[in-house]
Amino acid sequence: MIPEFGQLALIVAFCLALLQGVLPLWGAARGDARLMAVARPAAHGQFVFTALAIGCLGYAFLAHDFSVIYVASNSNSALPWEYRMSAVWGSHEGSLLLWAFLLSLWTVAVTVFSRSLPQLLLSRALGVLGLVSAGFLSFLLFTSNPFLRLLPPAPDGRDLNPLLQDPGMIFHPPLLYMGYVGFSVAFAFALAALLGGRLDAAWARWSRPWTLAAWVFLTLGIALGSFWAYYELGWGGWWFWDPVENASFMPWLTGTALVHSLAVTEKRGGFKNWTLLLAITTFSLSLLGTFLVRSGVLTSVHAFATDPRRGLFILVLLALVVGGSLLVYSVRAPRMEAGGRFGLLSRESMLLANNVALAVVAGSVLLGTLYPLAMDVLGLGKLSVGAPYFDTVFLPLMAPVVFLMAVAPFVRWKGDGAGRVARQLVWAAILGAVAAAAILALVANAGWRSALGAFLAVWIVAAAIRHLAQRVRAGAPGAGLATRLRRLPLAYWGMWLAHLGVAVFIIGVTGTRSLESQSDVRLAPGETATLGEHAFRLAELRQVQGPNYSATRARVEVSREGKPVAVLEPEKRMYHVQRMPMTEADIDYGFMRHVYVALGEPVDDRSWILRLYVKPLVGWIWGGCLLMALGGLAGAADRRYRLRPAAAPRAASTGSAAPPASPAGAAARV
Amino acid sequence: MLRRYWPLAAFIVLLLMLAAGLRLNPRELPSALIDKPAPDFRLTLLDAPDRAMSRDDMAGQVWVLNVWASWCVACRQEHPVLLDLARSGEVNLYGLNYKDERPTAQGWLERHGNPYRASLFDGDGRLGIDLGVYGVPETFVIDRQGRIRYKHVGPLTPEIVRERLLPAVRAL
Repeated sequence: MIPEFGQLALIVAFCLALLQGVLPLWGAARGDARLMAVARPAAHGQFVFTALAIGCLGYAFLAHDFSVIYVASNSNSALPWEYRMSAVWGSHEGSLLLWAFLLSLWTVAVTVFSRSLPQLLLSRALGVLGLVSAGFLSFLLFTSNPFLRLLPPAPDGRDLNPLLQDPGMIFHPPLLYMGYVGFSVAFAFALAALLGGRLDAAWARWSRPWTLAAWVFLTLGIALGSFWAYYELGWGGWWFWDPVENASFMPWLTGTALVHSLAVTEKRGGFKNWTLLLAITTFSLSLLGTFLVRSGVLTSVHAFATDPRRGLFILVLLALVVGGSLLVYSVRAPRMEAGGRFGLLSRESMLLANNVALAVVAGSVLLGTLYPLAMDVLGLGKLSVGAPYFDTVFLPLMAPVVFLMAVAPFVRWKGDGAGRVARQLVWAAILGAVAAAAILALVANAGWRSALGAFLAVWIVAAAIRHLAQRVRAGAPGAGLATRLRRLPLAYWGMWLAHLGVAVFIIGVTGTRSLESQSDVRLAPGETATLGEHAFRLAELRQVQGPNYSATRARVEVSREGKPVAVLEPEKRMYHVQRMPMTEADIDYGFMRHVYVALGEPVDDRSWILRLYVKPLVGWIWGGCLLMALGGLAGAADRRYRLRPAAAPRAASTGSAAPPASPAGAAARV
Repeated sequence: MLRRYWPLAAFIVLLLMLAAGLRLNPRELPSALIDKPAPDFRLTLLDAPDRAMSRDDMAGQVWVLNVWASWCVACRQEHPVLLDLARSGEVNLYGLNYKDERPTAQGWLERHGNPYRASLFDGDGRLGIDLGVYGVPETFVIDRQGRIRYKHVGPLTPEIVRERLLPAVRAL
């Protein structure tokens, strides 16, 4: 009975989503407050019922209900409980249900935290969210129902894909989806502003924390996915330019641009068109990512998730949501940039450069991802674009963005003198050049990429420290250092930390690329191999039994100059149900380096191929991502976004370019 | 201000492309290639840059050509299947190392095991273009007369080997 309850809950949620999508928008158009008031309870009801649905699916997994096709396909009686929980989003239907659930969660969050919003704006935003939700729920109900029954029930399940039986996979999809779906809030606010014809500094101030929150989730989700690939796939890499990775990276790039563009819209009232377009684009790319992953038009490592039959439905959904919102944009976008003029060298021009460059990077990633498809469609033959393309294109495009990132905080709004800015950055440039020269001189196989990485990392850090020192010096006279630091606004700390995170990330990438040592060795128990200063002794090999797999586990004693460093136990697992071999690498996580051992193939009865890596600084890659996310969190928590309801209307009316609040009359003007 | 319609126009183009792409199956054999002679080639071996191999060297035997690269993610996924296939001894399995670098590719084979009798080295991807390689990995079955008889795009799975590839080889 429980799965049928879940099915019923989905249907109710779908109806509520329709109500939430249609009535408030209609009410907003007619100025009918009673219709607009439907939005909030409908959103709450929808949340309750999607939560009920996902709860029912979770129960079916926990209770081993193999009469549900989805459970029988993705679980097994030997699967541990935590993976039975995460199996809920282990495949297509469940991950869509998670999508819909998280969307309703964000919607409820909007109703709770945005009480101070004008009712017109809020109703329109909730209406847009309702329509998106209705689209996804209908996709679930009509093509991807997770509650379909299997009669007679399967005696046992086919088990969850072994790649997904990992702690990282419990958290990676929800985080990533929180990011994807979270951009729907910025999207809904953008459409509400377009429909209402009112876009001012207050609007940007409402949108910013939501955008930052979604960006934080997406950053964490991508970082966790990359970390998972690093330790779970067992071949030491952390990014592969796979279409599905690209699908998550594109909204991250435009989302990053959006965060910066919103700053200009809030502070100077400029870049309104850009901001609106970026908000629409970011969410559209999230949807496009879903389309690419779920429709099967591209082949990828994530190919186990594809199903061409559903492609058409997603395509129609994509056409309605993205096409519809771009149409609204085309018809109602502000005709004039009301943001005031700015000089060639100004904070605005810096942020514009950031926006344009990030958009171009996102565009080139999109091009690389879709190029094979485009060639095929145009009948120009089938061809492949692999990692070589992305490596060639990404670095030259991204390096200027990162370079300017250190400059921008020093540049004043409206206009600034090149000499004044240069004088403040000269030391950072010198230090950066020294670092680049040092890495070229000291590291044997360092190329221009390593030198560039070293320069950029030191350049950013030096500039960030200098900027912080300036802000502190300019603090309240008489106050101590601690007080002055504490008085810096959280938003400033957010920017500072996130930018520092980029430097840490670059240090990680450069360090690994130029200092990594790697060796594939053949070892029998008792034998020792050396890699640089580290010695690896294969102490023993034994067979172990897991809950749903059996494995060969090696015990490798790692020592450095005679002193023991770590004991690592990599495994080669064979999962019983899916007959799939899995490499479980073992890693000694150090602050300055990782020692990474993975089992390759058995050579004969006694010896195995072992893959040994010493990866200096590799952990900084994800450390950098964490700093970026922390920065985003600090930015979202800044107190000026938490204005009391009474203060909000006042803030709105002081917005730099706020047109009068007559919806009909202002429409043409925004 | 037509400029504001550009994003919409760009999206419509994208949408049309996706719609057309949906009708194509990236894993499907392009009918243009089936039963046609494999393109002529003369390439050096991955392990021996001084030794070359050509299409005519393979005449008179049925062989399977698997296109792979060390930078290819899905190749790693299908690799155990290839190792099994090689162990079974049922097919003459050759590799085409596509747009790769010799040391990296050799290291990759040492690390993951080498299922191939030999790998052709196609550093600039010329043979790949002639074969119409769309996404690595791809696998071709070529008959005694040097004609392509079966093609699979994307990683091989045990099911595809059992139900498609092996029957295609056995039929020749």
